[in-house]
Amino acid sequence: MSETVQDVSALIINKLLANPKVPRDINGSSKIVEDLAFDSLAVMNFVMEIEDELDVSVPLDRLAEIRTIDDLAECIVSLKKGG
Amino acid sequence: MSIFDKFRGVEQRLAELQAEGGRNPFSVVIERPLSSTVGIIEGRETLLFGTNNYLGLSQSPRAIEAAVKAVKARGVGTTGSRIANGTQSLHEQLEQRIASFFHQKHCMVFSTGYQANLGMISTLAGKGDYLLLDADSHASIYDASRLGHAQVIRFRHNDPDDLHKRLNRIKDEPGAKLVVVEGIYSMTGNVVPMAEMAAVKRETGSTLLVDEAHSFGVLGPNGRGVAEAAGVEDDVDFIVGTFSKSLGTVGGYCVSRHPELELVRLHCRPYMFTASLPPEVIAATMAALDDMEAQPELRTRLMDNAARFHAGLNRLGLTTGKTVSPVVGVVLETIPEAIMLWNTLLSLGLYVNLSLPPATPDHHPLLRCSVMATHTSEQIDRAVEIFGEAMARLPASA
Repeated sequence: MSETVQDVSALIINKLLANPKVPRDINGSSKIVEDLAFDSLAVMNFVMEIEDELDVSVPLDRLAEIRTIDDLAECIVSLKKGG
Repeated sequence: MSIFDKFRGVEQRLAELQAEGGRNPFSVVIERPLSSTVGIIEGRETLLFGTNNYLGLSQSPRAIEAAVKAVKARGVGTTGSRIANGTQSLHEQLEQRIASFFHQKHCMVFSTGYQANLGMISTLAGKGDYLLLDADSHASIYDASRLGHAQVIRFRHNDPDDLHKRLNRIKDEPGAKLVVVEGIYSMTGNVVPMAEMAAVKRETGSTLLVDEAHSFGVLGPNGRGVAEAAGVEDDVDFIVGTFSKSLGTVGGYCVSRHPELELVRLHCRPYMFTASLPPEVIAATMAALDDMEAQPELRTRLMDNAARFHAGLNRLGLTTGKTVSPVVGVVLETIPEAIMLWNTLLSLGLYVNLSLPPATPDHHPLLRCSVMATHTSEQIDRAVEIFGEAMARLPASA
C-alpha cells in the first residue's frame, strides 16, 4: 500500500474532526499546536492513534520538527518509504 | 520581546490556581517533620500522605546515627565528581552493598535518582539505536530521551502487545533496541505487567531497563522490586532506582550483570560532571538498607496500609487506579474540583500531592497520595475521613 501525502493528510484531518473540540475549518496547513491548541502530550497521544492506523512509528525526534498537518503527513509517508 | 515571555502562560495559570484555592500548590512548606507520618504545615500538625517515604526510613534512628558518625569522621561533602576527586571508599562500599542486595555484579551510584535515569538511558541508547518508552514514563526518562541520540518510540502504557508491535516494525533496523519500563508508575500507582514485558524482551532480543524508583523496597519477597516479584530478574539487563523513596535519603543507582557497566562510567555525563554523594548520605543510605533488610514486616504493613487506604477511598465513591499499591492516584473530573479538594484537605490537616495535566496521564487532574508502612490504622482511617469531609464541603457546581 502506498499512501500519498494527500491521502495521509486527509486521514489525519478526518481523525482530528472526530474530536468535537477541534475547530471545524482545519486543513493541511493548520498548525497542530497553535491552531488546534494541543499540548505536547495531546500531540504525542494523537500521533499514536495515527501510527496504529498506518502501521508506522514516528520517532519523537522527528515529531519535534513537525508544525502542520501536512508536515506530519509528509513525515509519515517518508517513514513508510523507509526514510 | 522579553526572555521571560515564555513563562507568562504559567504565571497566569498559577495566578488562577491561587485565585481558585488560595494556595500555591507547588510551594507547600513542611516547616518540620514531627515523625515520618506527621509534619507541621502552616503551623498545624498535618498527616503526611504525599511524601513517597514508603517505609518511613527518613526518620530511621539507625540511619540518623550513621549519618552523624560519618559526618564527624569525614566532613560534609566530597567537592568533586566520581571520576576525579569525588570517589571515597564509602562510595565503593555503597556500590558493593547495592550490587549484593540485588544479586548483581555491578553497580553505579549517582547523586540523584533523576540523574540515574538521565545518565543510564541517554548513554545506553546511542545514535542509530532505538529507545522504546512507555507513554506514561517519568520526566527523567523523557529528558534522557532528549539528551541522548537514539530514535525514540512511545508504546501504549503497560501494553506489552503494543510494545511487541512497535518492536516488530523496526525489527530489520540495525540499531540496538532499549526498552524502558517503570515498576510502579508514580502518578497512578499502576504496576507494570513485568512477566509479559520480559517475554517481549526475550522474543525480540531487545535490552530491558526497569526503573524501580517506586517499587524498590515495596514489591518482591525481598523488596528488590517488580522484577523480583514477577520472577524475571534474569531478563532485566539494567535496574535503575533511587534512595530517596524507600530508603529515605537521596541518590540513585543502576545495577547490572553486564561488566560493561564499568565502561558506562566513562561515557555517562550526568555521572561524570556533577559532585558525588556526601559521606553522611551514603552512611545513612547503607544503614537504611540494613533497616529494610532487618524488617521485612515493613513491606507487609505497607501493603496492608495501602489496601486499607485504597478501599476506604473507593468506599467514599472516589475513583482510583485498580491495582492496590502504595501510590494511590485519586482521579478527578475537573481542575477546579481538584484544586478546591486539595486545598480543603490541607486545611483539614491532610497533605497529598496535587497533580495537574499535562503532568498526569489522561488529562484528568489527580490527587496523588502515598501510603507508608509507619502510618497507623487510625491515621489511615482519619485520612479517609478527611477526604469524606472535604468532599462534603465541595460546592455542588465543582
